[in-house]
Amino acid sequence: MVNVAVIKSLVKREIMLEFRQKYALGGILLYVVGTVFISYLSFKNIIHPATWNALFWIILLFASINAIAKSFISESKGKQLYHYSLVSAQDYILSKIIYNSALMLLISLICFVTYSVFISNIVQDNLFFLLSVALGSLGFSAILTMVSAIAAKTGSNFSLMAILSFPMLIPLLLTLIKVSKNAVDGLDRSLSLTYFVVILAINVIVVMLSYILFPYLWRD
Amino acid sequence: MKLSWWKILSILLIFYTLFAGFLFKVPALPILHETIRNLYFHVTMWFSMIIILFVSLWHSIKYLSNFKMEHDIVANQAANVGMLFGFIGVTTGAIWAKYTWGAWWVNDAKLNGAAITLLFYLAYQILRGALDEEQKRARIAAIYNIFSYVMLIVFLMVLPRMTDSLHPGNGGNPGFGGYDLDNTMKLVFYPAIIGWTLLGVWMMQLGVRYQKLLRKKWNN
Repeated sequence: MVNVAVIKSLVKREIMLEFRQKYALGGILLYVVGTVFISYLSFKNIIHPATWNALFWIILLFASINAIAKSFISESKGKQLYHYSLVSAQDYILSKIIYNSALMLLISLICFVTYSVFISNIVQDNLFFLLSVALGSLGFSAILTMVSAIAAKTGSNFSLMAILSFPMLIPLLLTLIKVSKNAVDGLDRSLSLTYFVVILAINVIVVMLSYILFPYLWRD
Repeated sequence: MKLSWWKILSILLIFYTLFAGFLFKVPALPILHETIRNLYFHVTMWFSMIIILFVSLWHSIKYLSNFKMEHDIVANQAANVGMLFGFIGVTTGAIWAKYTWGAWWVNDAKLNGAAITLLFYLAYQILRGALDEEQKRARIAAIYNIFSYVMLIVFLMVLPRMTDSLHPGNGGNPGFGGYDLDNTMKLVFYPAIIGWTLLGVWMMQLGVRYQKLLRKKWNN
């Protein structure tokens, strides 16, 4: 079963690794800021709410694929074998999901701030918009963690990761765009609640599936 | 040539569908008119597709429980046949839509669901292509197959509830469902599903036999 102490130390290890090679984290943050800046230069100022919202999510989608793609590829065969002998597969995947979720929350927050600064902030209900961004980051990271584990097994590139994850991300993305559009327009909050339940349900299902399937994926 | 009973049944049912589908009386409904006959060819494709993809899922689960290569071959071939049915479903739908709605494709929850289904199984085939080693390919493809089927079912349930749909049977449009489907139509509709599904199983079986022969040849 789940061992909280093990997961804690695994997450701690991920954070330490991330800080040891700061360029990776810096790289992804620069990627987000750079994309937002390019969008700003191309679009100048977006006043149409639907376009504003869609562009934000597309930037975040590609940023998250970029950020999480490396989470399994960067580990060498020997290191994986070493972990295999130390901890259970379930603890391992849960720690990865937790770490990637935290990373995605940071990235999406920075994305939101830079997007607001450069391309104006037209959101009327900031709290619910941020809530949808937070839930979206969790969903993205849960799906992408498992997919990156699958893609890493092929030993191949970024494009396979994107292909495998797109069909899974599209429905989540559509729901997120819908609910965040409500927040942008400042609609009554009761209209958005069912969508939040849907997003939460998707997140729970993805985490459960990863928990069940990862042990089969891990052993080579 | 001796055929087993279910193959003969499949041929008979498909001929019955073709004749009865075009000749039997159908209820006169607004918008649909005579195109309601597409029910026997378009809607039945989706039913058969989901059944055959379930066969694929079942064999993927079996593979992960006992690691026998036969299950991988069946899962792969069933996914292929399911995808073929999906393409036929999209094509028959698009032709119908061109005459009824005036466009080959519209932005609609059901159509997007169909597109996402095809994306999933195209990605599945790409993933298989990216892996060389037989055992590893079988294992990782099985994991992706299970992951994607569960996600697919969740999304096909979630997506149509997000928006109103133009599709018959939704948003007050007449179509498949309850009182619109009278008894004459049921008399063709259900046999049609069985007929197409049996044909799919037959095609899958041929594919499986071919793959097994290939495997035997390479092993010698």
